[in-house]
Amino acid sequence: MTDVPAPRHIPDRLDKPLRSAIFSWEALLVVVAVAIFVINSFASPYFLDPYSLSDLTFNFTEKGLIAFAMAMLIISGEIDLSVAAIIALASTMMGMAVQAGADSPTLVLIGIVVGLGCGAFNGLLVTRLGLPSIVVTIGTMSLFRGIAFIILGDQAYKGYPESFAFFGQGYVWWVVSFELVLFLIAAVVYWFLLHRTSFGRRVFAIGNNPVAAQFSGVRVGRTKFILFCLTGLMSGIASVLITSRLGSTRPSIAQGYELEVITMVVLGGVSILGGAGSILGVVLAAFIMGLVTFGLGLLNVPGIVMSIFIGLLLIIVIALPIVWRRLRGAR
Amino acid sequence: MKALLKYREIWLAAAIVVLIGLISTRFPAFADPGNLRQVFNDTSILMILALGQMVVILTRSIDLSMASNLCFTGMVVAMLNAAHPAIPIPLLIVIALLVGLVLGAINGLLVWRLNIPSIVVTLGTLTIYRGATFVLSGGAWVNADKMSPDFIGFQRAALLGIPVLSWIAILVIVLFFILMTRTALGRSIYAIGVNPTASVYAGIDVGRTKFIVFCISGMIGGLSGYLWISRYVIASVEVANGYELNIIAACVIGGISIAGGIGSVGGAVLGALFLGIISNALPVINISPFWQMAISGSAIILAVVLNARGERQQGRIILRKVEVA
Repeated sequence: MTDVPAPRHIPDRLDKPLRSAIFSWEALLVVVAVAIFVINSFASPYFLDPYSLSDLTFNFTEKGLIAFAMAMLIISGEIDLSVAAIIALASTMMGMAVQAGADSPTLVLIGIVVGLGCGAFNGLLVTRLGLPSIVVTIGTMSLFRGIAFIILGDQAYKGYPESFAFFGQGYVWWVVSFELVLFLIAAVVYWFLLHRTSFGRRVFAIGNNPVAAQFSGVRVGRTKFILFCLTGLMSGIASVLITSRLGSTRPSIAQGYELEVITMVVLGGVSILGGAGSILGVVLAAFIMGLVTFGLGLLNVPGIVMSIFIGLLLIIVIALPIVWRRLRGAR
Repeated sequence: MKALLKYREIWLAAAIVVLIGLISTRFPAFADPGNLRQVFNDTSILMILALGQMVVILTRSIDLSMASNLCFTGMVVAMLNAAHPAIPIPLLIVIALLVGLVLGAINGLLVWRLNIPSIVVTLGTLTIYRGATFVLSGGAWVNADKMSPDFIGFQRAALLGIPVLSWIAILVIVLFFILMTRTALGRSIYAIGVNPTASVYAGIDVGRTKFIVFCISGMIGGLSGYLWISRYVIASVEVANGYELNIIAACVIGGISIAGGIGSVGGAVLGALFLGIISNALPVINISPFWQMAISGSAIILAVVLNARGERQQGRIILRKVEVA
């Protein structure tokens, strides 16, 4: 029993397409999602209703947006634990702007710029100084949220303009919320970026072997810097959505989101060791987490107990293929 | 002298002395021996936890579930005490250690037997253990008035002028010092962190060692569960929420490399002390406690920057030891 990991399977077009599709991680996630959907619809008569299904999406859209950028970051072998703190800081800055009488477009701009700035700060620390990202972002996590606490103390910012409520509460068409539309657009954009561009190719290359990538002419530092900026940017966008949905800012806003986002990414089949993963998996994982929390919510299961199911889901879904492979190997 | 300055612990100790000096310029009573003893006592639980986390990080793993383990075990012993006040405290501590051991062993088995990365396993058990606390307690709190006087008083009792809590911390520090410097297990832990592949060839069972390491951190989490609950005299689901990152922060400030293989008992203790002094000093020198997160965040970043520079010069700790010999 050694700790040396087996060579990772890097999928390419030479694989038998149908076979690899059936036994892929995404297929497993689809099965899990359908199973939970069916269980939910039997568990509660209120589940199969367009409005309640629409409410369901609010459970994952904000975290899902960050999860796309986080997936790319983790594929490149780094991690960002400060995303929730970035949300808090961006939301605090928006709150300050509201006190100064800013209008909605300005607020959105502030949220996005603060997010991007925080991401760039993380990126600079990691790439310029060559520090491990897990530690840097534990530090900036305290730092960003600490600044929010210094500014806000135990107070809250309220009084956001009415037009600002659209981003977190508005519907684009019938029951399709603005958040959901944004989530789907981001899914397509990130899918294209990761799986169809040379930038995405480089992200995988860095995650599999940063030294080899460097020697192949990939600018590892610059690529990672861009990825940190992207998680910051997505956190800024998520901050706009959450602040708009809640209509207020507290320094404890989005507490613990970082772990939920990472759970989503890992559940989506992204290797925490880097080098493997897909956006489709993350989308499915986001749906699954939304389904689980919403279904349990309909059954009046408290939030803290839901987290047991999310944690079990994470470990079981990761362990299943390993146990399966071992059983087949033993035969 | 030059050889001494190579050790990060010396620098950290110096930083702590400077910190205490700076604080005492504004508030002289802070450097008072009685107050420093108090600060040590206040930091004891964090020190114990940081040592448990240290052995995990040294093997290139991480235990994010420690604070949840603490919360669960604390609830178990608090409920036991509330229901059966006759159970003696030493037995309760043994129970806390065993409950923590079981939770740690679950982490360890998943990492060992299924080869799931520890960050994923403990991310899962982080939420599971805390959720289990809610299921166990039904969301109810155990308040001070339900706890027996012994339960609350044990760690506060003074022994040679020092509270039992501090003595427990000192005992744990000594045990970990012996473990890391005088036993084959400690040697294996360092070896795995420095080079897991080479460790396999050297005959070290990497998986089993990681299992043992998680058992250790689990027991530490359990012990801290009793200490925390009896210190803050309330057991609830919210206990130590998010504290796992403070523990890791103490390790990082103490110079324990997150990449494994580098770090010492002294470093972990001093890292925890550094954080403890900051949180103790802020109210004393009239800085709002809201500053605490920002200050400790900056301290972490600064510590990482300094560590990264140090590591480039010094190389791995085992190599350094060989050079000295």
